[in-house]
Amino acid sequence: MHPFTLDRPRDLAAALALRAQAGRNDAPAEYIAGGTDMVQLLQEYVRQPERLVSLAGLLDNRIEIGPQGLRLGVAATMAEVAADPAVVEQFPLISEALLNSASPQVRNQATMGGNLLQRTRCPYFRDVGYAACNKRAPGSGCAAIGGENRWHAVLGTSDDCIATNPSDLAVALVALDAAVEIRGAGGSRSLPLVDFHRLPAATPHIETVLEPGEVIAAITVPASSAARRSHYLKVRDRASFEFAVVSAAVALEMDGARIRQARIALGGVGTKPWRVPRVEAALAGASLEPQSLRQAAALAAENAHGRGHNDFKIELMQRAIVRAVEIAGARA
Amino acid sequence: MTTALIGQPISRVDGRRKVTGAATYVAEFQAPGLVHGAIVRSTVANGRIASIDSSAAQQAPGVIAVLTHQNAPKLAYRAHKGAPDPGIGERLHVLQADRVSHQGQPVALVIAEGLEQAVHAAMLVRVTYAPEAAITDIARAEPVPLTPPSETRRGDPDGALAAAEVKLGQTYVIPRENHNPIEMHATIASWDGDSLTLWDKTQWVHNVADEIAAVFGIPARNVRVISPFVGGAFGSALRTWPHVTLAALGARVAGRPVKIMLSRREMYYGTGFRPHTVQRVALGASRDGRLGAILHNGDQETSTYEEFTEALLNATGFLHSCPNVNTRHRLAPMNVHTPTYMRGPGEASGIFAIESAMDELAVALNIDPVELRLRNEPEQDEFRQLPFSSRSTRECYQAAAERFGWSRRNSEPRSMRDGRQLIGWGMATATYGAGRAPASAMARLLPDGTAEVASAASDMGPGTWTSMTQVAAETLGLPIERVRFTLGDTRLPRAPVHGGSITMASVGSAVQAACRKAREDALARGGGTNDVTEAMRRIGQPVEASVDSTPGDESQRFSMHAFGAVFVEVAVDPDLGETRVRRIVGAYGAGRIVNPKLARSQCVGGMIGGIGMALMEHSVVDGRNGRVSNANFAEYAVPVHADAPPVMDVIFVEEHDPHVNPLGVKGVGEIAMVGVAPAITNAIFHATGKRIRELPVTPDKLL
Amino acid sequence: MPGFIPEAAAQAADARPAPLDLVLRVNGTEHRLTLDPRTTLLDALREHLHLTGSKKGCGLGQCGACTVRMDGKGVKSCLSLAALVEGREITTIEGLAQGDQLHPLQAAFIERDAFQCGYCTSGQIMAGVACIAEGHAGSPQEIRDWMSGNLCRCGAYDHIVAAIQDAAGATGPARGG
Repeated sequence: MHPFTLDRPRDLAAALALRAQAGRNDAPAEYIAGGTDMVQLLQEYVRQPERLVSLAGLLDNRIEIGPQGLRLGVAATMAEVAADPAVVEQFPLISEALLNSASPQVRNQATMGGNLLQRTRCPYFRDVGYAACNKRAPGSGCAAIGGENRWHAVLGTSDDCIATNPSDLAVALVALDAAVEIRGAGGSRSLPLVDFHRLPAATPHIETVLEPGEVIAAITVPASSAARRSHYLKVRDRASFEFAVVSAAVALEMDGARIRQARIALGGVGTKPWRVPRVEAALAGASLEPQSLRQAAALAAENAHGRGHNDFKIELMQRAIVRAVEIAGARA
Repeated sequence: MTTALIGQPISRVDGRRKVTGAATYVAEFQAPGLVHGAIVRSTVANGRIASIDSSAAQQAPGVIAVLTHQNAPKLAYRAHKGAPDPGIGERLHVLQADRVSHQGQPVALVIAEGLEQAVHAAMLVRVTYAPEAAITDIARAEPVPLTPPSETRRGDPDGALAAAEVKLGQTYVIPRENHNPIEMHATIASWDGDSLTLWDKTQWVHNVADEIAAVFGIPARNVRVISPFVGGAFGSALRTWPHVTLAALGARVAGRPVKIMLSRREMYYGTGFRPHTVQRVALGASRDGRLGAILHNGDQETSTYEEFTEALLNATGFLHSCPNVNTRHRLAPMNVHTPTYMRGPGEASGIFAIESAMDELAVALNIDPVELRLRNEPEQDEFRQLPFSSRSTRECYQAAAERFGWSRRNSEPRSMRDGRQLIGWGMATATYGAGRAPASAMARLLPDGTAEVASAASDMGPGTWTSMTQVAAETLGLPIERVRFTLGDTRLPRAPVHGGSITMASVGSAVQAACRKAREDALARGGGTNDVTEAMRRIGQPVEASVDSTPGDESQRFSMHAFGAVFVEVAVDPDLGETRVRRIVGAYGAGRIVNPKLARSQCVGGMIGGIGMALMEHSVVDGRNGRVSNANFAEYAVPVHADAPPVMDVIFVEEHDPHVNPLGVKGVGEIAMVGVAPAITNAIFHATGKRIRELPVTPDKLL
Repeated sequence: MPGFIPEAAAQAADARPAPLDLVLRVNGTEHRLTLDPRTTLLDALREHLHLTGSKKGCGLGQCGACTVRMDGKGVKSCLSLAALVEGREITTIEGLAQGDQLHPLQAAFIERDAFQCGYCTSGQIMAGVACIAEGHAGSPQEIRDWMSGNLCRCGAYDHIVAAIQDAAGATGPARGG
């Protein structure tokens, strides 16, 4: 690891005053919470901050469910949220996505906030032996384009970056219309999670809307009957402990045998957690017949762009949608 | 008191140390004044070092020394070739010149007080290169014959193929795979004058001593190598890799003991790998399923500086009966580091091709895959024209098929379902050579009725500690708890390399001979008693015997191999392309099984390795520059708990082989890996109707 | 691995961050240490406390060999900076047995031959103890799912699951460590 000064502030105000920033490699100061991704980034020299500011014990870790919905304190661990009885009952999609993530140990360590802020698994981002990575070193190029890109995104890509967002949790939360509360020295703001991560475009090194001295304080998920009839489907090369090749989070409101409303987001295919509104629109009023599901799912492929090794994801993600809708639809 | 111990399912004698954390692996030894080494590695695959600026590293906190080719001591690099070294070519010399021949080649070494300081200072070394065109993609490489050329021919294979009633020809591809033992390679080096002690992760302590002595130009007796516990290796610790030299070099320059532990990423550059292979198999057969022709060509990657070869095509000559056979083995020299043997080397790759092709032939002929093999069961080794010392393929097919329920198989692809899942059953034959090498052992009986037995063998996991204790105790006629076996130290009698499934045959024979001699000596001097404990009490002083055990001419008179059969049930999701293995049954004719408990562990372990090979393992080499894109445990997928089939069954068929070695053992470590991958891909074909000829079978290949 | 550090950052590296004085509670004992802030909990255990039962197989949280229990929960010690776990109760494999009396899972590992090389074993056992304690050892499939963070390259999974089942039967989900 690059040498850093480790700050352990006494309170959140002090931590915010140090103006650390997540999700940018050019930020000289970085926050650390559970550390499960940050320590990897530090060990491999992907991040070389001069200052590391610990958030341990400074942020809310409560899990609260009320008539409005769910509020997750950002310091709650993945394990705590996944096992929370109210989450399991009312938001099973979140629990499923978490239990399909990482390993039990990492879930005991990693926080909600850290999960949303984990960096891409793009091997070119993670290997400093490659000079070219626009995320790591702005303007240096993208080694994944023209390289080994089976792992990479087919949606939301640019000529500067095709890295996927690796979070399963974010995919489930985006499908459930979650929002994040952001706290900075000047106060709080809230915005939909779907707007929290930025598309790479020409600035892939800026991954989120967080400014220096801002942290995520909480995640809120509105109450919805759809949240119960849901499924998180994750396709991967091995049976567990692996990032998604393709994943699909589906939540359905049914009207008898027909879909009243579907909410669908995809993982493993987008440069950010990827909601597919056109598919959702096509499914509104549709039956669970395979034919209509396939037609609707095909709309996810609009504007999808493979780079060779990852071309298969365009087909696979449609199949994942169909399967996840079928499974969710079959749930009582 | 003599107890039958050979053949008993005894728990590991080193088990308590391993479950309490007390087993000490090499990186865990304490040496006074120990400092840490970190290696700077090249980021080009071919070229020259244009400049190195180590000034920032030199000034970094804690740094003791920075070595590059510009300031490193010149090393003797006397000629040395151990058994695992390629016969042709010369090992990589470290920090001796500006030449770079592969990605990740060591170009500098930093020694610093603290681990974090060493790692960081290594990052501060600035290296620029004058890169040259590199070939890192086998598709762009030019395969050439081995030195000497390796081509075999019997009969008229081309004519027989042309005349065959049924023929097929296909190409089978296995990508590069890495051993990935969980323990990363590590070395602690400590000099005392001109004598060197190395605590090194190795499958052969004596070869490390010999090589490092040759590199530094000192007598081998000046190098002591200690390696009591090896945290897995699977072949990665057969050779002595450059970091061992670097640790010794760093320790000499620093005047302090130096520890180097490779990072997981470095494991993909600093140790070998199973080479990428491209194999072409053509089979010709009669309509009733008699093989008339086999043509099997194999190309594999190697480095520009050594010709690494493995027995890729050897089994083709004797596995099935066929009058007309041609094999041709070539190498593709590339700007990569030298590959090495990985579990089941040669056979694991070659038999994937042959046993896939046999399955394709069975489909083409509409003959049951087991029946097809039985119709081509040879009476002898048709390549070497020698009898088999023993061969239990028929018994293996029968035992495994029966346990598996193979007779209920509908040969039609896509004929079995479980819900959405397509179910498939497949099988393949396995074989691996039963070798033996010279080995020495010492047995010392003590007056208190205990014994010390030793050989400088290794135990990377199969259970050498335990099985040798069993052989020793039974031979000495002592209870097992009164025998202490030690290994992993060059001060002990020399043992051969711990690989190729030869340890039990070689070291076991030596241990047996030494113990027999010690017991005979004790009884001869014990005043007429037949009880060795009583004899030792009477003698009142130690009785010691050392034996050098060497194989006879049996390998000239017999073709000696273990054989087996692997049956697999897979479930394939036809929409999502995911394959999971549900059941696996392996039957092995592997001679005498010294410890069925430990042998089962080896076999289920090999099956898990085969599942990895079939479904997920792939070192993804960036063809543009030779870097391994997935050089970690997150993106290089090895099987996890959830990938283990719910049913794993291992059968050892009764086999008495009087020829192979005194113990009648053949070893199971390698054969357990062989045949698993083709059994899985054959089952995938049965499930889906899709024939996948390029490993691994990831979901994208089944969409 | 090599890679270029920006010139300015390399200069900044000359500023030597002060070593930190801290106290780690391991296996019921308090240890006072002066550590580089970069030191992970795993390296603190192995290199500074010489508790080498916790193994390093990747340093990136991807193999599980470094699993310890922290405040009763299984964690990967390579992913925690030592300075950030002050005050936590850490149990390593060395703290599992009661004197000469092996923990039931340790005994079951020997009986079931649930390891070969032994390098992942400490992590498997610490994760297995957590798996039982947290109530996830109800079936072989559940055990496989909850143990998948611990790689075993020797492929002893079948036997590890059997050992955990044995120990779960012996201890019940309430105990386990």
